Amino acid sequence: MDFGFTIAAYAVAAVLFILSLGGLSGQESAKRAVWYGIAGMAIAVLATLIGPGAGLWLASLILIAGGAAVGYQLATKVQMTQMPELVAIMHSLVGLAAVFVGFNADIMINDIAALSAEFGGGNPVGGYGLPLYPIAEETMAGLSAFGQLIAKKTGVEITILRVELVLGIWIGAVTFTGSVIAYAKLAGGSSLLPFKVDTGANQLPGGHLLNAVAAAASLVLAIMYLAGSGSWTLVLLTLLALFIGYHLIMGIGGADMPVVVSMLNSYSGWAAAAIGFSLGNDLLIVVGALVGSSGAILSYIMCKAMNRSFVSVILGGWGGAAAGEQMAVEGEQVAIEADGVATALNEASSIIIIPGYGMAVAQAQQTVAELTRKLRAKGKEVRFAIHPVAGRLPGHMNVLLAEAKVPYDIVLEMDEINEDFPDTDVAIVIGSNDIVNPAAQDDPNSPIAGMPVLECWKAKQVFVSKRGQGTGYSGIENPLFFKENTRMFYGDAKASFDKLLPLID
Amino acid sequence: MKIGTPKEIFEGERRVAMTPDSALQLQKLGHECVIEAGAGMAAGFDDAAYEGAGVEVVKTAAALYKAADVVAKVRPPEDAEVKRLREGQTLISFFYPGANEALMEAAAKRGSTVIAMDMVPRISRAQKMDALSSMANIAGYRAVIEAGNNFGRFFTGQVTAAGKVPPAKVLVIGAGVAGLAAIGTSTSLGAITYAFDVRPEVSEQIESMGAEFVFLDFEDSGDQNSAATGGYAAPSSPEFQAKQLEKFREMAPDIDIVICTALIPNRAAPLLWTKDMVEMMKPGSVIVDLAAEKGGNCELTVMDEKVLSDNGVTVIGYTDFPSRMATQSSTLYATNIRHMMTDLTPEKDGVIVHDMEDDVIRGATIAYEKAVTFPPPPPKVAAIAAAPKKEAPKELTPEEKRAAEMAAFKKQTVNQVTLLGVAGVLLLAVGTVAPASFMQHFIVFILSVFIGFQVIWNVAHSLHTPLMAVTNAISSIIILGALIQVGSSSLLITLLAALGIFMASVNIFGGFLVTRRMLAMFQKS
Repeated sequence: MDFGFTIAAYAVAAVLFILSLGGLSGQESAKRAVWYGIAGMAIAVLATLIGPGAGLWLASLILIAGGAAVGYQLATKVQMTQMPELVAIMHSLVGLAAVFVGFNADIMINDIAALSAEFGGGNPVGGYGLPLYPIAEETMAGLSAFGQLIAKKTGVEITILRVELVLGIWIGAVTFTGSVIAYAKLAGGSSLLPFKVDTGANQLPGGHLLNAVAAAASLVLAIMYLAGSGSWTLVLLTLLALFIGYHLIMGIGGADMPVVVSMLNSYSGWAAAAIGFSLGNDLLIVVGALVGSSGAILSYIMCKAMNRSFVSVILGGWGGAAAGEQMAVEGEQVAIEADGVATALNEASSIIIIPGYGMAVAQAQQTVAELTRKLRAKGKEVRFAIHPVAGRLPGHMNVLLAEAKVPYDIVLEMDEINEDFPDTDVAIVIGSNDIVNPAAQDDPNSPIAGMPVLECWKAKQVFVSKRGQGTGYSGIENPLFFKENTRMFYGDAKASFDKLLPLID
Repeated sequence: MKIGTPKEIFEGERRVAMTPDSALQLQKLGHECVIEAGAGMAAGFDDAAYEGAGVEVVKTAAALYKAADVVAKVRPPEDAEVKRLREGQTLISFFYPGANEALMEAAAKRGSTVIAMDMVPRISRAQKMDALSSMANIAGYRAVIEAGNNFGRFFTGQVTAAGKVPPAKVLVIGAGVAGLAAIGTSTSLGAITYAFDVRPEVSEQIESMGAEFVFLDFEDSGDQNSAATGGYAAPSSPEFQAKQLEKFREMAPDIDIVICTALIPNRAAPLLWTKDMVEMMKPGSVIVDLAAEKGGNCELTVMDEKVLSDNGVTVIGYTDFPSRMATQSSTLYATNIRHMMTDLTPEKDGVIVHDMEDDVIRGATIAYEKAVTFPPPPPKVAAIAAAPKKEAPKELTPEEKRAAEMAAFKKQTVNQVTLLGVAGVLLLAVGTVAPASFMQHFIVFILSVFIGFQVIWNVAHSLHTPLMAVTNAISSIIILGALIQVGSSSLLITLLAALGIFMASVNIFGGFLVTRRMLAMFQKS
């Protein structure tokens, strides 16, 4: 039974998926690109249902409909500030699905081996070009498409299949627990999980050593499994992978979540690709590779924006200690009230707003957008400067501002806007800290030295909306707050801006 | 402390040193305010307005001097006023101590403290009390308005049904505060504005105000470093002056309006616009000389008067421009005074602390504890950072540029080839052990990774969250695996596959829907 039609449909779907990702290069083409993705997915699922997955198509459809209902609920109910959590928990589903599919493949191999033993053929060596587990023709006809595929495989192919499914299961399991923990950390108090997770970086005693031991043990188990020690090794390996996923993400602090989420995104792709190999399904491989490389690139961009290596983020902490004494910060933080900020805004003609995670936490984006509309209505130039790692998800701030109906053409990237600060009257920093820290440029001993930052201190006046006098995620004192042209606008971002709004005339 | 403002007795002076607004602010510092009846009348503030702001109004100057601990006024005190000062009283006003030594000594002898607003050092911290600048700003503005009043044409060029009007050409000499204000006013009225200054570093400021800097091709011009003179111009060499006059002579026939603002501290104003230049100008042209008090930059200037030259050029030598805009200048001057009081009242409790260690207060104080304290020692903080000599970035020759490009290209090529080589060897190594059926899939995998990298780099930064949602949705393609397996004869497989289908489809629908939701929000302005 060949599925020429299915393969052709897969080719179409693969092209659609590539177009879908490529279309995200611009806001307008992106709206079309999603439809490409949806069409690709529909074609792929339908072709599979008609072709190799025809076995229980009705049950499959019902399951898909059930999943659709749940997915619809999730997608329509979620608030934009909870986007990072949603993406994280969805990754866990892909990871878990990959684990299940991987186990199925193993069970199938065992079944076929048992059938083969019954048939009596038994070719324990599996000569070149001959199936490892030959079975009778009539039994073959009764098997599912997947079973037939395995029954035809030679010894080397079966081994490779096992390598792939071990990889798929391992990555899938790491993705699963990792994503669940990432979700719990991102959701904080509003997590729907039965247990709570501290958002700080916590590791069990033993730290990285524990991860290393677990990884080494997984490797040993994988080799034992390939040598034919039986499925229990696979179960044990899965448990270890689940532990690694849990422990790895537990050790990473909240502000590194953009990297973690994009890394998990990448893993879910590689898991799909590995499963694709074991199933001999090219579409799975293509899509898995696309997703995997997409996540990898995002992680790379995030790391570069923090001037840190991927390894040091994943292993948690700030890498090596600073080489010398950090520069002492001189001056004092000068506080200002809403009316002072309002006066400055009323007089300014160009304003740049730098939002950070604090804005998302305080749910202040609507108020900020309202302020922007008011100021723009008065003919002032208002723009937003977005640092690549602002927020807890790549592009998080853009989505929040878009939700609040801030036009995207005034929301600019760091490289686009950094040179404009000297010509700006007022820069407003809302709930961000490390991404506007001048120490990254001035102090070679600072832990964040060399990290690209938004040079907001070059504006004529800077207002920093901040809850209190504490340091940022990295625990580094921020000299910006002590600069002569900086005023601290203390308080919860939403409350502060609600106070500010009526004062703008 | 009680702060009092008398009526100005200098003839024609309409300004006042306290406004109802500034009085309110002074009261916030813990002070009380008192004013002589009618003091603010000429500036547009009547006694009722002061009373409304909580200021005590006293009938006579004598009563005021008696009541006030601090006397704030505009003009330097006259003899009669100095005699009214008593020991321990503080006087804040313009003083010009260099020109009024006798008066200064008289005031010092009486034991009163005198703060001269014109002696506030030019450092950034003291800008808020720099009354000279705020008055100069008004003078510059008013000079242009005064010129326009006497000029028979439009400033801006117009093309009307009744014919074409050329724009006026304005030359501003001296780009200090007054000069820059004049430039700003003149350009905003639409005139073509030129500006000249002996300090080449102000060319940037001139251009930022929209005027054209009159460039003098002179080798020595780099020597003028205003940082050494506290931001003011210094006298220039005779060669430079000759060159300067030559340039002006060349421009004179074209210029409609000249605003002269060139002053050198403690010297007579330099002569920059000679009689022959005036004669070259068109009839109806206007010259406003803000340096009239110090002799004027124009040869024909008569102090405090408007004269008409033989060829019909109006030369205005008024010296009371700020007083002509009394409301505005009083507001600004009163604010300067208020800032001075803020610095003198650090605790905001109405107690004046005269800190002679403070650069600003020390610099402005000319009489203290019965002694003359003028001239002040040089301030501890440099007024203006010395401009470092700029070194022009080295221009690369075309050959060097080409060589650099070639080197970069070569390096890139080497990098790429190495990468490709390593990847190729690795692939071949895999290929030697893996069977052909695996390698077929492997090719697909490698190509997909490659396409993925090419495509994802182009994704807009702002769309990274939708990208994650969409990749998340399509990574549920794993549903295909579950769909293929679900029809198996083994119950366990069917069960696991069914769960897989369910979870993956949650993801598919959730992922795509949420992406659509997000993208729909991105709107152009």
